[in-house]
Amino acid sequence: MSARAETIRQVQEIGVDQYQYGFETNIESEKAPKGLDENIIRYISDRKQEPQWMLEWRLSAYNRWLKIKEPTWSRLQYPPIAFQDYHYYATPKNIDQNMLPQSLEDVDPELLVTYEKLGIPLREQEILAGVPEKDRVFSENLSRSGHVAVDAVFDSVSVITTFKKELAQVGIIFCSISEAIREHSDLVREYMGSVVPVADNFYSALNSSVFTDGSFVYVPKGVRCPMELSTYFRINERNTGQFERTLIIADEGAYVSYLEGCTAPQRDENQLHAAVVELIVFKNAEIKYSTVQNWYPGDKEGRGGIYNFVTKRGDCRGSHSKISWTQVETGSALTWKYPSCLLKGDHSRGEFYSIAVSNGYQQIDSGSKMIHLGKNTSSRIISKGISAGFSSNTYRGKVSAHRQAKNARNFTQCDSLLIGHDCSAHTIPYIEAKNAQVQFEHEATTSKISDEQLFYIMQRGILEEEAMALLVNGFVHEVIQKLPMEFAVEAQKLISISLEGSIG
Amino acid sequence: MLEINNLHVQVAETGIEILHGLDLVVKNAETAAIMGPNGSGKSTLSYILAGHKGYKVTQGDIFYNGQSILGMNPAERSALGIFLGFQYPIEIPGLITMEFLKVAINALRKARGQTELKVPEFINRVKEIAKRLSISMPMLKRPLNVGFSGGEKKKIEILQMSLLDPTFCVMDETDSGLDIDALKIVADGMNRLRSSQCSFLIITHYQRLLDYINPDTVHVLSKGKIVRSGDRDLAVYVEKNGYANIIGVSCG
Repeated sequence: MSARAETIRQVQEIGVDQYQYGFETNIESEKAPKGLDENIIRYISDRKQEPQWMLEWRLSAYNRWLKIKEPTWSRLQYPPIAFQDYHYYATPKNIDQNMLPQSLEDVDPELLVTYEKLGIPLREQEILAGVPEKDRVFSENLSRSGHVAVDAVFDSVSVITTFKKELAQVGIIFCSISEAIREHSDLVREYMGSVVPVADNFYSALNSSVFTDGSFVYVPKGVRCPMELSTYFRINERNTGQFERTLIIADEGAYVSYLEGCTAPQRDENQLHAAVVELIVFKNAEIKYSTVQNWYPGDKEGRGGIYNFVTKRGDCRGSHSKISWTQVETGSALTWKYPSCLLKGDHSRGEFYSIAVSNGYQQIDSGSKMIHLGKNTSSRIISKGISAGFSSNTYRGKVSAHRQAKNARNFTQCDSLLIGHDCSAHTIPYIEAKNAQVQFEHEATTSKISDEQLFYIMQRGILEEEAMALLVNGFVHEVIQKLPMEFAVEAQKLISISLEGSIG
Repeated sequence: MLEINNLHVQVAETGIEILHGLDLVVKNAETAAIMGPNGSGKSTLSYILAGHKGYKVTQGDIFYNGQSILGMNPAERSALGIFLGFQYPIEIPGLITMEFLKVAINALRKARGQTELKVPEFINRVKEIAKRLSISMPMLKRPLNVGFSGGEKKKIEILQMSLLDPTFCVMDETDSGLDIDALKIVADGMNRLRSSQCSFLIITHYQRLLDYINPDTVHVLSKGKIVRSGDRDLAVYVEKNGYANIIGVSCG
């Protein structure tokens, strides 16, 4: 009896309401009026001083969006989204698109404080000088592994990008997508929309018409990026949608490792996030893309939280090219996301490593697609879902081989872990082989954290919360190992925090 | 000293009573053996001592060194020095044995007001004990108990027991599933602790283990109660004549 009462008390005290990044930044902002029409799109494009072709691109996307139906095939349940009730553009007032801050002195101190609270290392000089990093959540082990260059996106605009000069010395372009549209127009025009066509789906069409900021990376032939690149997304403004657009190109023989992190303040209403990420890898090149997603998940009654509709796709265009997606997802009220690989080049390889944690009333419908088009292509999917509380966690994946994709190979493993009695896990794989020389394997397991396991560990003097963390870490171990070292520790902490108080 | 008074225990889920007023005293540094037929409540006794949530005390009390432990969770009891050697040690996928041992010993040291064990010191202690128990170091780099043989699992229990500095060990059928060599190694591990004033409650089906660990007292448990107590000779008697005689005498 006491144990049950204790559990209820713990859930009440911490539960899912203990979102660490729920604070709000008090900063004046300039917003577009609520709603979406052609004028809003002109407004966004104008504010960003975009070339004419970009505006036309957006407008045509908008007209396509109007004709596409919102998808309903997922297991997510939510009231209709009032798309006209969102602001599609918000920017901290004193950021001028034409006068992007060149150094930290030019950045609003309020913003710096925000990113400091979030633990994002914007202060290059401090990192370079080796200032103690104990308070920086995202920068553990930095001194051992080199630097991380950061592009920080606040609501609709990029506020600063660090280490740009150092990267430019080796020919790497790392900047906000807005800047890239102005400064590297040819590259953007050639590649944007070439992996995720404008009208690929409802949300990609929406994103293409109103995307506001995100990152752009170009790594030239034969260059191995000397540091981790990362983008940090923060939604601050009320009733705002964030439409991130990221484009990464690794030319022949190049390598880059990129990480994105996301948080938002605690709010009662549902904020909207619809991102499009496109990766392009040429012959012998590799992109490693990691995500630590910790959007506000809503409170313990299921109020508020981010609606996260994301289209992420990588295109292995050259032979022996490789894309690796690694993600740790603990946030959002709704997640709709299927990072995919188009394996066009012969011998190209796609990987997807995922940990998806759901607690409270969170709903996840997520997975991966591996589309084998070239010969001797291979892919690997390792998905670990953890459900607690009243949440629902669905893995939905597709593995297919084209007629020409001789000797395509895939290995898929989907493991689900259930904590408590009111959550659910689902695995929905689609497997399709159009030639006979294909080897696809699919393994799936579902397990529960058992009282016997908890009892055994606690008998050795370990308290319940920590016993639980040990069990969960054991479950996700294989995927955590795939994250860049700097973020592995952080990801592990995040998972424990997300599951605190979930033992029933 | 462990003192159990008139203990009534139910299975929490079904409400079925397993122990019906059990009394038992185990003094400091005493080794007591509990014997009894299947279904007499031996494992229930070990679980309730360690604080398993699946069992509920409806009457009576358990005191350890004068303090009631009924309100304590398993970790708190462990911090007091109570160790349970499991009959069927649990497999934990993904949790590396060595990592688990380190977390456990430092959790206990913290609860007992001691400083954290430095890594080299920890490794040396584990190595020394593992060598004595002929456990290979590569085995400790594998997930806890996953795919270990029955004998290996029991040795890992003894390794944990030796490492975690207990003062009262409940050993639930530690001898089951062991060949004679493993049995000797396990008994040796227990005898070493015994010499450092640790108390033991050895739960066993047969007296085979008692050939290697000479108990101070022997108790026969039947239908949820202690029905006969004595010394080593009682165990020999049971081995020779079976339980029926004793149980019959007590009930009749």
